This record gives sequence, C-alpha cells and structure tokens, in this order.
Amino acid sequence: MTTAVADTLEEHHDDHGPAKGIGRWLFSTNHKDIGTMYLVFSLCMFFIGGAMAMVIRSELAIPGLQFVHPEFFNQMTTMHALIMVFGAVMPAFVGLANWMIPLMIGAPDMALPRMNNWSFWILPVAFGILLSTLFMPGGAPAGGWTMYPPLVLQTGDAFPFLIFSVHLMGISSIMGSINVIVTIINMRAPDMTLLKMPMFVWTWLITAYLLIAVMPVLAGAVTMLLTDQFFGTSFFLAAGGGDPVMFQHIFWFFGHPEVYIMILPAFGVVSEIIPTFSRKPLFGHDSMVYAASCIAFLSFIVWAHHMFTVGMPFTGQLFFMFATMLIAVPTGVKIFNWVATMWRGAMTFETPMLFSLAFVFLFTIGGFSGLMLALAPADVQYHDTYFVVAHFHYVLVPGSVFAIMAGAYYWLPKWTGHMYNETLGKIHFWTSTIFVNLTFFPMHFLGLAGMPRRIPDYSTQFADFNTIASIGAIGFGLSQLLFVAVLLTSKRGAKATAEVWDNPTTLEWTVPSPAPFHTFDTPPKLDDSVGFH
Amino acid sequence: MSTHSDDRYYVPHGSHWPVVGSIGLLFLMVGVSTWLNGAAPGFYIMLLGFAIMIFMITGWFGTVINESVNGLYNSQVDKSFRQGMFWFIFSEVMFFAAFFGALFYARNMSIPWLGGDSNNFFTNLLLWEGYESTWPSNGPGNVGGDYDVMGPFGLPLINTALLLTSSVTLTIAHHALIEGKRLQVNIFLAATFILGFIFVYLQGVEYMHAYNDLNLKLTSGIYGSTFFMLTGFHGMHVTIGAIMLTIIWFRVIKGHFTADNHFGFEAVAWYWHFVDVVWIGLYVFVYWM
Repeated sequence: MTTAVADTLEEHHDDHGPAKGIGRWLFSTNHKDIGTMYLVFSLCMFFIGGAMAMVIRSELAIPGLQFVHPEFFNQMTTMHALIMVFGAVMPAFVGLANWMIPLMIGAPDMALPRMNNWSFWILPVAFGILLSTLFMPGGAPAGGWTMYPPLVLQTGDAFPFLIFSVHLMGISSIMGSINVIVTIINMRAPDMTLLKMPMFVWTWLITAYLLIAVMPVLAGAVTMLLTDQFFGTSFFLAAGGGDPVMFQHIFWFFGHPEVYIMILPAFGVVSEIIPTFSRKPLFGHDSMVYAASCIAFLSFIVWAHHMFTVGMPFTGQLFFMFATMLIAVPTGVKIFNWVATMWRGAMTFETPMLFSLAFVFLFTIGGFSGLMLALAPADVQYHDTYFVVAHFHYVLVPGSVFAIMAGAYYWLPKWTGHMYNETLGKIHFWTSTIFVNLTFFPMHFLGLAGMPRRIPDYSTQFADFNTIASIGAIGFGLSQLLFVAVLLTSKRGAKATAEVWDNPTTLEWTVPSPAPFHTFDTPPKLDDSVGFH
Repeated sequence: MSTHSDDRYYVPHGSHWPVVGSIGLLFLMVGVSTWLNGAAPGFYIMLLGFAIMIFMITGWFGTVINESVNGLYNSQVDKSFRQGMFWFIFSEVMFFAAFFGALFYARNMSIPWLGGDSNNFFTNLLLWEGYESTWPSNGPGNVGGDYDVMGPFGLPLINTALLLTSSVTLTIAHHALIEGKRLQVNIFLAATFILGFIFVYLQGVEYMHAYNDLNLKLTSGIYGSTFFMLTGFHGMHVTIGAIMLTIIWFRVIKGHFTADNHFGFEAVAWYWHFVDVVWIGLYVFVYWM
C-alpha cells in the first residue's frame, strides 16, 4: 500500500502533460479536458435534439398528418425538450464553467477534480439510457418533458428508464455544482475578492446554488412518480388523498429555478463579452451581482405561474402573478447595464459581440412575452398555446444558445490557440439570427390566435405561419452546420496572442493561447488592471 | 512521508474510479428498470451494478484515504472537502424537503379540498360525496383499506431518544478525539453506531408491527405513502450513516486521525447530525402532530 502511494506521489510530480490515448479522457482530472468533453457532448446532444425538432417542424409544415404518427410526434416533443434542456444547454454551460472558471479566478483546476470527471461521465450513461427508450415497446416518453401524472404513468417500458435517467442527470448536475461552488469559494487567487470576480464566475456561483437546491426536489418528484407506478403509493392519486396537481407544484418548484439555471450563466457570458468589444468596463458590476442574486431568490417563489389554469386559490394566483412580474426589475437592471456598457464605447462587431448583441435584443423580446404570460387573467388565454412555445424558445435559443455560441467564439482562440474563421462566424451569426426569428416570431401570432402546443395537426387557418416557421427551423438547423465548419477549421487560422482581443480585463487572457495543460500552479498575483472596481 | 505545503496547489492524478462508478450506475439503473418492467434478469443486473458501486466506493475512498494518510493534502484540499460535504448535505436536505412538501401539501391542501373546503364544494358533492377530511387519511377512496395510525409514543419515542443520545455520544467522541483521548473516542464512537443500528432494527420492528397489526402499508393512501417514504428514506440514511460511522471507528483504531486533521470523522459526524435533525422533523410532523 505504501509503495502504491509512493507511485502516486511520483506520478503527481511528473504529471505535467496530458496522458496518452483514451485514458486522457476517461480518467481525466484536468478541468480543460473535462470542459472540452462537456462541450463536445453538448454539441452532439444539440444536434440530436435538433434533429427531433426537424421532425416536429416537418410534420407541422403543412396541415394534416404527413410524416409521422401522432404518438411518435409526442415522443419527439418530449425527447426534444429533455435532450435540449438537460443534454445540450446545461452541459454546455458546465463545460464553459469547467474551462473558464479556474482560469478566471487564478485556480490550478477545479476544487474536486475526480468528482468533476464523474459528473461528466454520468451524462453519457444518462442520455444513453434516455435515447434507448426510443427503441422500447411503447416507445419513448411522450407525456411532455414536465412528466405530469397521470399521463406520464401511461408511458410504456420506457417509464422507469425515464425516471432513472432523470435521477442520473440530477446526480451529475449536483456534483458539478458542488464543484463549481467550492472552486469559487475556496480556490480564488489570494487577491481575488468576491466582488472582483468576473460576472461569469458570479452568475455560475448563483446558478450552482440554484442547482443544488432544486435538482434534489426534482429527484423527489420523479421518485414519487416511480413509487406511484410500481409500489402503490398515492402521492398523485385523488382517491388516496393525493393530488396530481401536487406533482405540478413540486415539479415547478424545481422547474422555475431551472429556467434561471439555463439563463444566468448566459447573462454571465454576455457580461464578459460586451465590455471587451465596447472597450469599457462593465457598467454597474456590483449591481449586476445583486440583480442576479435577486433573480435567484425570486425564482423560488414564482413557480405556480406555470399552473394558473390548473386551479388554485385566488390569493395564490395574485401572489404568483405579482412575484413573477417583480423579476422584471432585476432583469431590467441587467439589460440597462449592458446597454450602458455599450454607451459611447469604441465598439467593434466580431462574431462573439454580434451574438451577444442579438442576445440582448432577442432575450428582451422573450422577457416581455414572459411578462404577458405572468398576467394570470391573460395567461388563461395563452396557456398551452404556441405563444408559450414562442416565449420560451426566445429566451432559450436566441437567449441561452446564442450566449453559448458567443462564449464559444469568444474563448475558442484561447482553447485552440488559433483565430477562428471570422467570415464563416459572421455568416453563421446572420443566418442563425434571421432563421431563428423566422422560426419563432410567427409562433407568437399562432399562439394568440389559439393554436395549441404539442399537437401534430392543426386547423388550416394556422397554415401560413406554420409553413414560415418550418422554413425558418430548417434554415436554423442547417446554419448550425456552419458552426461545425468553424470548429473543424479552427486550427487553420492565424496564431492567437495571449490577449486575443483588444485589452480584455479578465485573468484568462494573461495565460498563453492555447492555455497550457496546467495553469496557475502557484497563485497568480493580481495587478490593478484585473477585475472590476 | 512528504507533506504538501500550502503555497503550492494540489491537483490529484487521474483516476479510473469515476468511470467505474458510471459503469456501476449504468448496470444499476438498467437493472432496476428492467426488473420493474417485469423482466427477471433485471434483478441480477441490478445486483451486479450494486456490486460495482460498492467496489467503486471502496476503491475510491481507499485511494483518497491513502493519499490523506500520506500527507498529500494541504489545508486548501481539506477546506474543499469540508465545503463539498456541506453542500452535499444541503442537497440531501432539499431531497427530504420534496417529501415533507408532499406531506404538508396533502395535509393542508388536497385532503381538505377533497372534503369540500375552500371552493371545492362540488368536488366533494359530485366526486366524493360524504367524505369528511381528517388527518391521517388514506383518501376518499379508502385506498389500502382500514388501518390504525402509528402513534408518537412507544417505539417512535424510544427511537427518538436513541438517535438524540447517539448525537450526544458522537459529540463526546469528537471532543475526545480533539483532546487525544483515544480510548474514549473508541468507546463513544462505538456507542454511536451501535445506537444507530439499534434504531434501524427498531424501525424494522415498527414496520413489521405496522404491516402485521395495524394494516398500515405503503399502499395505505397518502398517509401510508408519506409515512413510509419519509421514514423509509430516513431509515436508509441512518443505515448508511451507521455504516460510515463503523468504518470511521475502524479508521480511528488504525490511527488515521489526529487532533487537528480528521475531516473524515467530521464529515460523517455532520452527516449523522443531519440525519438526526431530519428525524426530529419526522417525529414532530409524521408521528406527533
């Protein structure tokens, strides 16, 4: 045993480059390698989930049933949501966190590197199990990603697999979040005070807290589904004194913080990029921190606005309506600060900045439609229509996904050591932006006119806007292949300097590009130019 | 034995245990799922997955203990472990919160509403005529048949005393460890996990009593559901905690801990106190009120 440890010691001291072969990835304790794995995994899921969206939009391109059975259509909507939420957006942000947080706070790695590796390697298992349900008797889950009982209890053989894959995603997220929090609290360079931390680090700190608080609640909720189905409990059975609506309460207690989990890191990314390309420090850094914290707090007390039509006491409706609208205040602070950062800045419009600007515009549209939905009396009309679909796709696609794209372009030279193809990047941006609006803007009109969501066929009055949306969706899907082209050609560009951009302020730009396998073996000294004052 | 100083960061070498853990989880989850779907081999796949998980946990902890005993960790690593444990326990608290939430919702919302409370007069009249809301309840459908309630006195009260005492003995053991009184640590730590295992045993006796004499089952409507799920998950945590305490006891005997370096001991102690606090919540809201 002693010799084994002696070997370990040796290994540690000699461990200055990546291991050879597949072991580098399977047994990794390196935050950069694990970050890369998260990002690549997320991109794969993005295309798998995207392919499902293509099935949905093809079916909806014209009225009537053409390509798929209604049952399969429902499987597609359910799986598309689960894969995009848990497989694409969340792992992408965890990947960015893994890569960038240690670099931004001057840490050598994540605080708990082995657990970091496990957090990642649970994901392929979880999504392998989830995707395998497509081939099971009864098909994949088709009751919606929200898994409402009693409908979800009609799932075929896929049911327990669905529950346990959700458990695995939860375990992975919780371990990843513990790592992020501990890294940020315990591994900062000595001079990096909390309020000197870059916004991306701050938003991730808050996001990680939200994740640890709500993922276990989701685990509890799906466990109750499992025992109701197989062990005869009555949590969601009115005859036994339970209530199907109770599931919705527990689920959305998780679900609403979850939507901020998917947008807060996006706020962080954008708050890094806009100052760099405006050549000004972020306006109101501390107020951004407080705003993000307020959003996080409020996210715990607004969940029932997802359930206005399901039946709840009048006072409940009032409370959840007003609490929800309150979120507009801190969000407004953020949008104001981004605009004020750009005010009189020497702005340039490289691809990351373009994606960030589009984020500010288009996320705001999604935010405003959210305010409309928050009005309890109006929501009775909008609920479960395409207006809701338009709303959350505006905040998730030109919101979260655009921020991920912006972050990827922003940090790609730091990862690869080469400038990406700017022309290709700009084409990717413009096609994405045009097509994303073509896809989702008409959905507002469809929803206001009364088209319900999660249906494979519709009345002919909705035909024109649906055709436009489908054309947009195909265009958006194809545009993303340009991003793959950017990645494949990313090593061909000019050598990147350590700074890459024009005087960026955060610590990751002080290390060479590409970032060496190990950075900050000893704590870096911060000079006055680093951080925000 | 080299000690890592505080002015250099410590980054551990690569490890195969995470991937082994993922493979274990794969077998475990696929096994349970196929078993629940009625396929017999699922049970054995589940057992295999469970075995792999045990193998992984022993191996992984073994590696970390070796590294710790050989002084590879500095105070920063120690702090990371502590904070990690704190947030893990917080996640556990939130898991129990979901089930407590279900209990409170059922008691204060769904049961009264089924009885016609608030604006649910017609729910009661048309769907569940004659149902009067009470707690405990197995619902208007009398799901699971008539049953007797598990009262707060007798076994549950004894169990409360056992668990509270075990927290005290654990604290005594901790103080003894800090003061270097080896024998006292051994005795009081042993007392702690023995009390823990007695608790688990009595909980088992209580379950037998509920099933055999009271006709109170997991299937007894919402009361049975919340009762057994809350106490069941708690009992599972006590079992895990007691096993961990036992392992810590052996580690104390092997001399793994010093007065100022005993994170493993403290982590398990925190966990034990958490389990204790959850029990107090259970005793008040499930058994007593």
